[in-house]
Amino acid sequence: MAKNIRIIPRLDIKGPNLVKGIHLEGLRVLGKPEQFARYYYHTGADELIYIDVVASLYERNSLHDIIQRTAGEIFIPLTVGGGLRTLEDIREVLRAGADKVSLNTAAIKNPAIVQQASRMYGSSTIVVSIEAIRQADGQYLAYTDNGREHTGLDVLEWAFKVEELGAGEILLTSIDREGTGQGYDIALTKMISEAVSIPVIASGGAGNVSHLDEIVTEGKADAIAIASVLHYEFISNNDSVLDNSDEGNIEFLKSGKTTSKINAANLNEIKQSLYNKGINCRYKPEPTNQDDHA
Amino acid sequence: MHNSYNVAIIDYEMGNIFSVKRACLEVGLQPVVTSSPQVILRADGIILPGVGAFGDAMENLRVRDLITPIKEGVRQGIPFLGICLGMQLIFTESEEFGSHKGLDLLPGVVVKFPPYTAAANHIKVPQVGWNSIELPRKREISFWRESPLSGIEVGDYMYFVHSYYTIPNDDNVVLSNSHYEGTQFCSSILHKNIFACQFHPEKSGRKGIEIYDNWLKSIIKHKGLH
Repeated sequence: MAKNIRIIPRLDIKGPNLVKGIHLEGLRVLGKPEQFARYYYHTGADELIYIDVVASLYERNSLHDIIQRTAGEIFIPLTVGGGLRTLEDIREVLRAGADKVSLNTAAIKNPAIVQQASRMYGSSTIVVSIEAIRQADGQYLAYTDNGREHTGLDVLEWAFKVEELGAGEILLTSIDREGTGQGYDIALTKMISEAVSIPVIASGGAGNVSHLDEIVTEGKADAIAIASVLHYEFISNNDSVLDNSDEGNIEFLKSGKTTSKINAANLNEIKQSLYNKGINCRYKPEPTNQDDHA
Repeated sequence: MHNSYNVAIIDYEMGNIFSVKRACLEVGLQPVVTSSPQVILRADGIILPGVGAFGDAMENLRVRDLITPIKEGVRQGIPFLGICLGMQLIFTESEEFGSHKGLDLLPGVVVKFPPYTAAANHIKVPQVGWNSIELPRKREISFWRESPLSGIEVGDYMYFVHSYYTIPNDDNVVLSNSHYEGTQFCSSILHKNIFACQFHPEKSGRKGIEIYDNWLKSIIKHKGLH
């Protein structure tokens, strides 16, 4: 059997809220992350990713609360990233209930932390997040701080390096595509996924179900992170998410408009579509003949 | 309400065990994260979790004097659950970075998936993600109904993270098989009070929690007999 593609809702979190921007900027409040996480768990998410997009010490407690509240009832792997700087930061989010951590800035500033953390918690616990921006000459460079800080690192070389350091997976985000709904960066994903032996999670750009199909078949992604496509589906079916949005820009939500490039879909629709195209995922079609094993 | 049962989750610094603890709490077990031989031997159930390298794991068990209490607990019939690396450790030896002796509770070896090559249809090792579990050849679903996999259906998905898998000498202990990129491997075993799975039931959603619940029932049954 071919590899099983994981479908991973990605929840970008600011303070107590789930947010979504374009190119990781211009963040809009979508609601409470707990409600989205719970919904995704019950509708077939294979894992969840929480990224604290404006991580600061001040807001870290609120992230810990969100992890703690959800980890006790959500029994699928939870990856948490954003602003984790030290082994102590890693330990704290794992203790709060994360199964894996995602490192970006810390890994670039101090690559040894990848090695130390993977030795301490196992490679499978350490995800390195790479935020890539395509340059005019076609080269991809790694950035930090949601694509704001230039590092000068070549993405392919950095991917080889983090694999060597012991990272268990790579979360590969195309900042160019992120939030645009124009589709994943296939060339970027294919280049990295074929180069390394560890799994690559493609992130950034999904606007409809056909984008998921092509990032697997052409982009060779091992897993797919999805945000807007899922978030907008949840919002469109759940009025209650607007309650208690006490900070941030909620005008977008009140307007009732979603971004036109995004065709919302739920996890079941996404998985059914992939399954029908012959892509393996955790999906069981409704049995045609009932054979009761209960 | 039944009495609460204490489960010793063995802490030997091999990976993140918080999710195992939460799964125990979810089904009503009282988890104690411990590296105390006394606590392990007094527990109603023993869980050996673990991610990481086989050799490091055996060394960590050895320096904490945990090898003897684990073997003794299993010998006394305390229900034992091995997860992921904790499944691999119960076998005779592993080929991971040279050859390492395991706990040898069951005869068998631990081997690695075939190496990754870009040409070989792009095989990624470790396997990270969901995979289905199947009945061993010539077994019927009744085989699972009388085991911690009771209520699990053939083809149900579980969450795996591993580069190595076990080959038990005795086919009869194989409770389920799975396939990854053309390789069939043993994904769980059951032998008397020893149950172990290569996948992580604590990360396998509702079906995985059912497995913890079934294992709790085997603890209750065991206590009833003593």
